Amino acid sequence: MIPAASTSLSAHLLDVRAVSKRFAEKEVLKTLSLNVVAGEFLTLLGESGSGKTTLLRLIAGFEQPSAGEIWMNGERLDTLPPYKRRVNTVFQQYALFPHLNVRENIAYGLRANNTPKREIAPRVEAALAMVRMSEYSDAKPTKLSGGQQQRVALARALVNRPQLLLLDEPLSALDANLRKEMQGELKSLQREVGITFLFVTHDQEEAMALSDRIALLKDGGLEQVASPREIYAHPATAYAAQFIGQTNLLRGIVRSGIAECGALRFPTNSSDGPGLFSLRPERIFPASEVSGDPDSVRFSAEIRQQFYGGSTEVLELLCSDGQIVRARISAAGPLSGRQEFFFFAPDAIPVNR
Amino acid sequence: MYSRLYKLAVSLPPLFWVVLFLLVPYSLMFAHSFWVTQDGSIVHNWSLHQYFQLFTNPLYATVLFRTLRIAAFVTLFSLLLGFPLAYFLSFHAGPRKELLYQLVIVPLWVSYLVRGYAWKTILGTDGVLNGALEYLHITHEPLSALLYSPLAVVLMLTHIYTPFVFLPIYASLEHIPRPLVEASHDLGANSRFTFFRVILPLSMPGLLAGATFAFVLTLGDFLAPILVGGPSGTMIANVVQSLFGAAYDWPLGAAISVFILFITVGLLFCTERLEKRWTFQ
Repeated sequence: MIPAASTSLSAHLLDVRAVSKRFAEKEVLKTLSLNVVAGEFLTLLGESGSGKTTLLRLIAGFEQPSAGEIWMNGERLDTLPPYKRRVNTVFQQYALFPHLNVRENIAYGLRANNTPKREIAPRVEAALAMVRMSEYSDAKPTKLSGGQQQRVALARALVNRPQLLLLDEPLSALDANLRKEMQGELKSLQREVGITFLFVTHDQEEAMALSDRIALLKDGGLEQVASPREIYAHPATAYAAQFIGQTNLLRGIVRSGIAECGALRFPTNSSDGPGLFSLRPERIFPASEVSGDPDSVRFSAEIRQQFYGGSTEVLELLCSDGQIVRARISAAGPLSGRQEFFFFAPDAIPVNR
Repeated sequence: MYSRLYKLAVSLPPLFWVVLFLLVPYSLMFAHSFWVTQDGSIVHNWSLHQYFQLFTNPLYATVLFRTLRIAAFVTLFSLLLGFPLAYFLSFHAGPRKELLYQLVIVPLWVSYLVRGYAWKTILGTDGVLNGALEYLHITHEPLSALLYSPLAVVLMLTHIYTPFVFLPIYASLEHIPRPLVEASHDLGANSRFTFFRVILPLSMPGLLAGATFAFVLTLGDFLAPILVGGPSGTMIANVVQSLFGAAYDWPLGAAISVFILFITVGLLFCTERLEKRWTFQ
């Protein structure tokens, strides 16, 4: 069901091979396999309980897999203790050491790894400068704002030059504005240092804005692994279609190349039998924008609700068979009553349940 | 918010208590320490005679130093027992944590005297320890040095105060956010480095509180020397007790008490400052 993760020839930095994780009776990860390509920004996206944080903790070494193996750079990773892995983590609540100041926090990893003394100071200064925190080097973490603590946590991890940086919902503790700002900083930081980022979030917008690829998790399994654009344009499953952006799910039957979803009938390449299609709201147009395209599918519907959103507005349409679809159209002033709409048949993407 | 009458009503009983049972007795003790005894009665002649005696008579200095030494050993041993125990319970006990915690607490329900007498039956010449040593042919006659010695006092008080040391250390260990330990391992620190750089510094407030408990409580203890100390295990509180009792030299007893009180208050002040230095939340 899951499409090939990546056909790129670039080297796999990390290989998660058929990993399962069970806590008592609950299976949190179900024989999950995933590759991380060197240098990419890969996001593990899923609702709480989907297993994304557990996967991260397995890679960091805080948990042991119940089955399966994790390899990094051709070496077995899951048998190493956390302190021997060239992996660093940015924790959800930052986990800065409260008894150490900013500089000592950042130097902690270097000291633990017996880095020569003369190397420590310049590397710490460089890390401080990288996250623009040089002037706070003597402050204790409790005196810093959330965003500043976030930056120190990043510097503390990156100063060790890990091969892989794990980020466990690092932005979830920040307020909305700061969050947007930090998203931009994270992205440019990742380009700058060239370190592979494995990022965990439940926020699909954040995932789409930041990631090279998204691994969408559901109930401990992978739903789809692809670039944000690919997942949006070609969701593999109904869940992926609904989780990444908004969509209309059309349910019906395919008979000799024609899908019949209630009042909506359109040509499709899907084989005969029950069918499920995802149609994005912005791919439905009012029939005033007439299209002579032979692929266009016309239907008439009653406008039940109108949600104004500035440049666009969302219409809730009641089709003649009683099913409701949503259309996002450019703002057109108040509308009501029965109207004609159309969409292009190829925009109704067949998805798995 | 609250009426003045209400505030007065709730603060009067504790105020009354503090004045009657703390302020008045301490003031009396303080005053007594500057008086003298003449022909078996206390005369209100203000002088520093008692303090002079305390510092010049070698008997008092000997007992005082012995007391400080015993208190230091009790503190050290109860830390050596209490810290590893608290560390194990907090970090490695898993599901047995609750049960083990209760087992540490249970001895606190047993009377101090019962625990004291238990040590008599363990350390006495016909006691459990001597019996075992003879049975194993390690010794051929009972060791009389076990009981009625400073060692016996140290053993008994260590036994009694270890839970007092354990509790604050355990509380401070439980308060260490576990992600900090994970972060340390994540940054490449092994368990040893993590212990000395993260866990120990962050448990300092508990450790200091526990050490203060053991030291201060030992400093004022007079039952352990009576039960298991013998003449060579006499401590400063026994001296005070006899001065207030049979010897009927209240002024000297008061002077010694004031001196001990100053040591204690000074110690509490220092550890308070240190604890603040090591508190970060």
